[in-house]
Amino acid sequence: MAHYRLKAPLTNEDIDQLRAGDTVVLDGVIFGVRDANLIRLFDKGVELPEDLIPQLEGGIALHTAPGVKQLEDGSYEKVSIGTTTSYRMDRFTRGLMNQYGVKAIVGKGGLLEEGCQALLDENGCYFTILGGSAALETTQVKEIEGVWWEDLMPEAIWKFQVEDFGPLIVSIDAHGGNKYKDVKDEAKKNLDAMIENL
Amino acid sequence: MEASLNSAEVWEADEQFYKHVEEACKTLYIESLKDLPPDVREALEKAYENEELESGKDILSTLIKTVSTADDESLLICQDTGIPVYFVKIGSNVRFNGVALEEAIRSGTKRATLEHPLRSSIVNTLSRENHGTSTGKQVPVIHYEFVPGNEVELLIVPKGSGSENMSYMKMLTPAEGLKGIKKYVLECVFESGANPCPPTIVGIGLGGSADKCAALAKKAAAREVASPSPDPEVRKLEEELYEKINELGIGAHGLGGNTTALAVQIETADTHMTMNPVAVNLMCWPARRMRAVFQCNEAPEIKY
Repeated sequence: MAHYRLKAPLTNEDIDQLRAGDTVVLDGVIFGVRDANLIRLFDKGVELPEDLIPQLEGGIALHTAPGVKQLEDGSYEKVSIGTTTSYRMDRFTRGLMNQYGVKAIVGKGGLLEEGCQALLDENGCYFTILGGSAALETTQVKEIEGVWWEDLMPEAIWKFQVEDFGPLIVSIDAHGGNKYKDVKDEAKKNLDAMIENL
Repeated sequence: MEASLNSAEVWEADEQFYKHVEEACKTLYIESLKDLPPDVREALEKAYENEELESGKDILSTLIKTVSTADDESLLICQDTGIPVYFVKIGSNVRFNGVALEEAIRSGTKRATLEHPLRSSIVNTLSRENHGTSTGKQVPVIHYEFVPGNEVELLIVPKGSGSENMSYMKMLTPAEGLKGIKKYVLECVFESGANPCPPTIVGIGLGGSADKCAALAKKAAAREVASPSPDPEVRKLEEELYEKINELGIGAHGLGGNTTALAVQIETADTHMTMNPVAVNLMCWPARRMRAVFQCNEAPEIKY
């Protein structure tokens, strides 16, 4: 298992080299997205703000809605930035990748079949960050650089500048490797054997 | 019963009491999000020592590091401020105004959110509008229990959605029996996989009506780790399920290993002869809780 340090924009080569089980740390820019803003974008058909669209090419999306404090000049200071459960946003994975060029999703809990298929088709990757570990994650976010759709607060779209962001686990790679599935397949055998012997 | 009616021991909540409740609820909400109870810390340390898988050990050590980072930097352990749930225990010797008590709990919760500030996670269920205060219709969720004695206890459990979304309830048949209960619990933990941020505290409610059963599961999940049931039969079931759940191999954060649950805790009620209700409520690894104990109208003792 290898360890990588990556920075957006990510290239196809960056993604190709990663295998499920590898670890990654990120520097640079990541974008925070989640339920309300993705529902607005994909289900209600509201296009993203123009200045945001080109920035997503090769980008990294984090499933989050942070705790923030708004300062007098209107900018935001971090209070607590952590990661939410990804399955709720699973069906938006393909759109983020093939319409906007996002290359990697950072989340927790893994993706469903549809999202995994999107990673395969679009050459994308899913990185696991540990849920509940916001204290650590918050120290790795250096700055909140931008925010769009503030009316959805806290489910706005966020731009974070990060440093040593991780440890992230490559849990689903672009080649069909999936740590969650491996674990569940094995656990299913254990479950069936247990139920048999109850 | 006689003692509880002795007027010498009775105290009546005054205006000062409700002010202290409001202040305490502000403190409880903020501190519970930052300071993990010692029993949960110990359980994480123990899990780290017992974990056999190297990658599982790495994950558990990151979780432990998160707790110490929250301590050192006074940060929230998890960004999910949860849905605020309170368990209120009221002693038989306390005379109080329930409406004023609820108002003080709401007000303290709201102040914590605005003054810290904390992320408000509470929205209108239909319009999905966020109120920005962590409060709303029927939120905070408040459970009451009346007990003998002189104390009022407020226990806050800010329940994260990652684990609350993995909640289950089923009306099994009497014929499915204890075996059916075990099978259902194991299936729930398996299905939940990585989503509830394991290692979890698996709270199980058995019996009652459907609504009572779900409330019992939440109460069980909110108990401190390593507080086995006083009922030997129930304790045996807790131990058996704890062992089996950790043999499933789901592991910390669903990435494998022998640490899926920090504890399995069960609360029971009797039920109808035709019913066999079971509910499962999972508590994520940052099993946050904090309580305030009042013995009079003065400021309360704050503890885990």
